[in-house]
Amino acid sequence: MSKEILLGDEAVALGAVQAGLTAAYSYPGTPASEIMEYLLRINGRPEAFIASWSVNEKTAFEEALGTSYAGGRALTSMKHVGLNVAADPFMSAALTGANGGFIVVAADDPSMHSSQNEQDSRFYAQFALIPCFEPADHQEAYDMTRDAFDFSEKTGLPVMIRLTTRISHSRAGVETRPVRAKNPLKSGTRQGWTLLPHNARVLYRRVLDLQPELVRASEESPFNKLVLNPDDRSFGIIASGIAYNYVMENFQGADKRPSILKISTYPLPEKLIRRLFDHVDAVLVAEEGAPLIEQALKGMFGISGKKVIGRLSGALPRAGELTPEIVRPALGLSALDRRDCGEKLAGRPPQLCVGCPHTDTFKAMKKALEGHEGAAVFSDIGCYTLAYFPPHNAIDTCVCMGASVGMAKGAGEAGLFPAMAVIGDSTFGHSGMTALLSAATADANMVLTILDNCTVAMTGGQRSFATGERLLEIIPGLGVPKEHIRVITPLPKFHEANVRVYQEEIAHQGISVVVAVRECIEEAKRKNKAGGAP
Amino acid sequence: MNTIRRQDIILAGVGGQGILSIAFVIDNAALKEGLNVKQAEVHGMAQRGGAVQSHLRLSSDRIWSDLIPKGGADLILSVEPLEALRYLDFLKPQGRIVTSSNPFINITDYPDQESVLARIREIPGSVVVDAEKLAKEAGSSRAQNTVMLGAAARHLIVAEDSLKDYIRVLFEKRGEKILLANMKAFELGGRAAE
Repeated sequence: MSKEILLGDEAVALGAVQAGLTAAYSYPGTPASEIMEYLLRINGRPEAFIASWSVNEKTAFEEALGTSYAGGRALTSMKHVGLNVAADPFMSAALTGANGGFIVVAADDPSMHSSQNEQDSRFYAQFALIPCFEPADHQEAYDMTRDAFDFSEKTGLPVMIRLTTRISHSRAGVETRPVRAKNPLKSGTRQGWTLLPHNARVLYRRVLDLQPELVRASEESPFNKLVLNPDDRSFGIIASGIAYNYVMENFQGADKRPSILKISTYPLPEKLIRRLFDHVDAVLVAEEGAPLIEQALKGMFGISGKKVIGRLSGALPRAGELTPEIVRPALGLSALDRRDCGEKLAGRPPQLCVGCPHTDTFKAMKKALEGHEGAAVFSDIGCYTLAYFPPHNAIDTCVCMGASVGMAKGAGEAGLFPAMAVIGDSTFGHSGMTALLSAATADANMVLTILDNCTVAMTGGQRSFATGERLLEIIPGLGVPKEHIRVITPLPKFHEANVRVYQEEIAHQGISVVVAVRECIEEAKRKNKAGGAP
Repeated sequence: MNTIRRQDIILAGVGGQGILSIAFVIDNAALKEGLNVKQAEVHGMAQRGGAVQSHLRLSSDRIWSDLIPKGGADLILSVEPLEALRYLDFLKPQGRIVTSSNPFINITDYPDQESVLARIREIPGSVVVDAEKLAKEAGSSRAQNTVMLGAAARHLIVAEDSLKDYIRVLFEKRGEKILLANMKAFELGGRAAE
């Protein structure tokens, strides 16, 4: 055994590799990116395992599913909203099941540090009726990932590993174990993998029939732990995932603790929960994310004679991530003495870097939009979303990956003018292309700007698929007329010329695409530092 | 009863100022001394020039939470004065601040610099260091984070020599000149904080 300091994300990645990983696929997104970053970094030998970014999460999921079909051990990782993109194969993969062990890592972002919502991926696992492992710390992240492959192969189901920001992006020491060999390849069966109705019904029945076994496995899992306090029959705690640490933090050094049930696997360990409820009158549920456990316990009418408190009751906040001090009063403890922050400090929101190409593109666009009172700029997910803030004040929407293109078309068709859309090169590859195919086919009256900075900048400069020459071939391929594909260089010296391009394309009744090409300034700096091309 | 060695540190700064490098050095020095380490950090959006912080926890005992509770930090170590104040409610009543005096002004409503420094000096035992000047003196204006690590060194529970070992590990690969500048920056920071 050796001990390494790892991010939670890295602990999952290393656990997978040492469990005999065949292949992993992912799309960048905070807080999941570091899983693939780490796999790419440690994969010195190409024959060791496959680690690859994919064009989006759905594709990544399907690539990993293909690995599993072939009998290999597969992992796909993504941020919580990425699982929405992959939801189609995700739901059906519960029916095909896993041939080689198959792990879906969903990294949730409660408090929305870098996300547009804080959805809780445990609901997806429940929805698909597959097991979900939720490690509380780094050692568990490593150990549970290894176990998840075994459990996946034993049950023939994909297993979700659910992380949250604070475990993904925190470092701690992890004891690792020797690497085990990969699986030999052995393909799945035709009837098991062809979801025609008559097959799917059989496979769905199999998943339903497996549920009691999954509950039993949770009840026996070493990662779920019930410690009863024989002297206290009044109050107990259920804590899941990282929330368990916040509870334990507050009892560190205390002589006595209430009864505590730690839950790290789903479906819920019913017998352990029943034993806790038989022991105490009131139970606090501390869980990171949405009140999944609390809701399950309460149902519509609650448990007769027992009190359940948590995020739904108001004992803990309904939204946002938990912290040690948020959990503390719900445990009946008074707040620690602390200094007062005094008057509110000036905030420091993130912003576009000095010299960022997006700044010049937005300047030109805004200039061209002067006098067009009805204009709206539909934006997308990426660094350029920061153009919302002053001094830019340049965008009006940000919803999900790819939404800019479809929304501009819809708004334009409703009569909004000028309908402007802005999307980055990687986001365009991820889910803008299909929307542009639709808009180009309808010759929608809109101007789409693709900001080609040659990378996935916001998440740290990963590979972009729809950039450079390939991007310039995709756009006409989707049906945009060549004369309305305008390539500009967003630099201050070309400002006037770029404004004219925008003015002309706004005046054009129909689809236009402006491609603003200049490398991400941070990426360029990084390459310089590494001694590569300037 | 054997005593527990424990220290909770909030590292603060602006995205890009290198607080994760400070964290790397302290983490590894602590690990080498047999301490447990947990370190929560900020990735993603805030790294684009926003306020960033890292919760660094060292202990000879088990560390439960990845986050330091409000009121639990022994030290705020900041590369920027306004950012030092942002996490004041994490500080124990007897906790101290070690910060650079050099503002990073990328917002239009940055408060009066003197009043920011005055508020920091109200905290007993606080250390304010001109990191920009010392980093330049050491030969690299980018080494302000290392200056601040040096300034905080005497208040950390890990040995200075262990810190130096990992400054070496961190900067060795970036060439002799950068390594020497950072070793010097560490020393100058330490002296300035005397």
